[in-house]
Amino acid sequence: MLIPFFYQLREGGMKTSITELLTLLEAMQSGLANDSVDDFYYLSRACLVKDESKLDRFDRIFAAYFKGVDDSLSDLLQDIPEEWLRRQAELHLSDEEKAQIEAMGGFEELMQALQERLDEQDERHEGGSRWIGTAGTSPFGAYGFNPEGVRIGQAGSRNRSAVKVWDRREYRNLDDSLELGTRNIKVALRRLRKFAREGAADQLDLADTIDKTARNAGLLDIRMVPERHNAVKVLLCLDIGGSMDDHVRVCEELFSAASSEFKHLEYFYFHNFVYENFWKDNRRRHAEKIPTLDITHKYASDYKLIFVGDATMSPYEIVYAGGSVEHWNDEPGSVWAQRLLNTYPKAIWLNPEPRQRWDYTPSTKIIRDIMDDRMYPLTVAGLDDGMKALQ
Amino acid sequence: MADDKFKSTETYVATDDLTLAVNAAVTLQRPILIKGEPGTGKTQLALEVASSLRKPLFEWHIKSTTKAQQGLYEYDAVARLRDSQLGDDRVHDISNYIVRGKIWEAFQCDEQPVLLIDEIDKADIEFPNDLLQELDRMEFFVYETKQLVKAAHRPIIIITSNNEKELPDAFLRRCFFHYIKFPDQDTMRSIVDVHFPELKKSLLSEALNAFYKVRDVPGLKKKPSTSELLDWIKLLLAEDIPLEALRTEGTRKIIPPLYGALLKNEQDVHLFEQLVFLDRRSDNSPNS
Repeated sequence: MLIPFFYQLREGGMKTSITELLTLLEAMQSGLANDSVDDFYYLSRACLVKDESKLDRFDRIFAAYFKGVDDSLSDLLQDIPEEWLRRQAELHLSDEEKAQIEAMGGFEELMQALQERLDEQDERHEGGSRWIGTAGTSPFGAYGFNPEGVRIGQAGSRNRSAVKVWDRREYRNLDDSLELGTRNIKVALRRLRKFAREGAADQLDLADTIDKTARNAGLLDIRMVPERHNAVKVLLCLDIGGSMDDHVRVCEELFSAASSEFKHLEYFYFHNFVYENFWKDNRRRHAEKIPTLDITHKYASDYKLIFVGDATMSPYEIVYAGGSVEHWNDEPGSVWAQRLLNTYPKAIWLNPEPRQRWDYTPSTKIIRDIMDDRMYPLTVAGLDDGMKALQ
Repeated sequence: MADDKFKSTETYVATDDLTLAVNAAVTLQRPILIKGEPGTGKTQLALEVASSLRKPLFEWHIKSTTKAQQGLYEYDAVARLRDSQLGDDRVHDISNYIVRGKIWEAFQCDEQPVLLIDEIDKADIEFPNDLLQELDRMEFFVYETKQLVKAAHRPIIIITSNNEKELPDAFLRRCFFHYIKFPDQDTMRSIVDVHFPELKKSLLSEALNAFYKVRDVPGLKKKPSTSELLDWIKLLLAEDIPLEALRTEGTRKIIPPLYGALLKNEQDVHLFEQLVFLDRRSDNSPNS
């Protein structure tokens, strides 16, 4: 009976494999989930879901598939919502309004419709008059104007019965649907790895030991070498503020998660384009500036330079002195960018904007020219290309 | 069979779903992967499973430099080379220089052991892939001695991860998975009860209120977790903080005493102080 469920999961975008299904069947055969539907839910979750960001999706598919299988499940559609409604009705509704609800078909009808809409709806919604969300006139949602509105996500905790565990959707916050998986990114970043031997000699160099021992007339002459370490050093310059904020957080997380792939990773922030100063702490950006020249003097030219920014701004900000939106710059940004590129020949620009849109912004074109076309989209494929360019 | 089921113990509160996942892994003899926020008792679980099922425990703590091979065995070539120079007879038998790792030890145990592979995400990204065959078939081959090591009793393998690296699909397919979610107030109450049986009810509820309020502060880099709460309560008891000091309900909101036990990040403390300051200012302003 579980095979349709299995396909339902796969259609729902879960990467459940046959091995995992067989494991579940084996577990059920050994009587692990005979007692209740709860146990079955826990067991199938432990077998089929391997990523906490997929738990919410699993809960939804489970609820949709097993609706009506267990009698107690149908309670869901009657018990709780009626309870909510009654409470709300007592608090807010006049007799007249109550009569209106009756006219709409009564509580049960309303709740049935709610469940159906929940099933249909697949994204967060605000405004409008049909979907469930906030600030609308649909009867379902929060902060709405419909007198018989049902609040969702408020009375949920009062529903203590374990049967409805999967309808509580506790793992909603973990559903990230990030386009770039950290693992993908890391595999892309691994291209950058360059091993070099540095540090204390703590590994036996077998070939050299044999060679030296033979030359030493068979008397042992042990040779040690340092362990191979990743020797890649990276300067990461992130555009921050305005439209970039969302992207920056993603980049920061990914790069810090991948920091084990690099020997040194230094962050610097800039706004829109590079000028004479960078900063490290965005809260104190005006107080603690780091002159660009200090950076080029401090970090040697074997560092690889990665800019992350949407490259969307007025062209004046790049090519004119005084073009910066934040301060008076004596020299145009393009001069500073060129200085950085002279110091760090291995440099790329990662752009979170989709590639199709690049041609429509003149500033993107100018920056691509400055970068010698080394601009890559912030996708797995783009990263891969970018890392090749950095090698 | 009834007594070899894992359940909550006197020192560890396990939720129903966790219990079931562990029992499934024990019954089917597959590894179980435990994830969750730091400080929710992932490592503790293995110790509790071992003690409640009365099985020996082998712990393998993973570091960033750990190689999969080290869990199986290592060939000590330097020792052998040295012995050959000194004319030691041991040198003729290569097996004298095979050093057993934690997995080998667990495979050789007389009864079914519990093997903890702690913080698998700390190791190199290929580490889990290198252990696929070993965890699946519970056997491996020692090339130096041409010997096949097979588990006498398939160990109960508990693997923990802090999500620093994502694990490969092929590895995940072979495991059961459980995500320890952050306990709700009721579960937290029973967890604290287990650790501090003599704690006054009033202090506990005030402390829990303050704790969940801190957790709800938006934008914290590291939210305080169960182990931080337990530390904090320990400190509160040691310092004998009066009950009133914990009440944050009043008109003047204050930072909970000894907040250093809850907030471990300078930026978080800073953020928290700012919020409290704003709160206080809005409370003091004349009614409008």
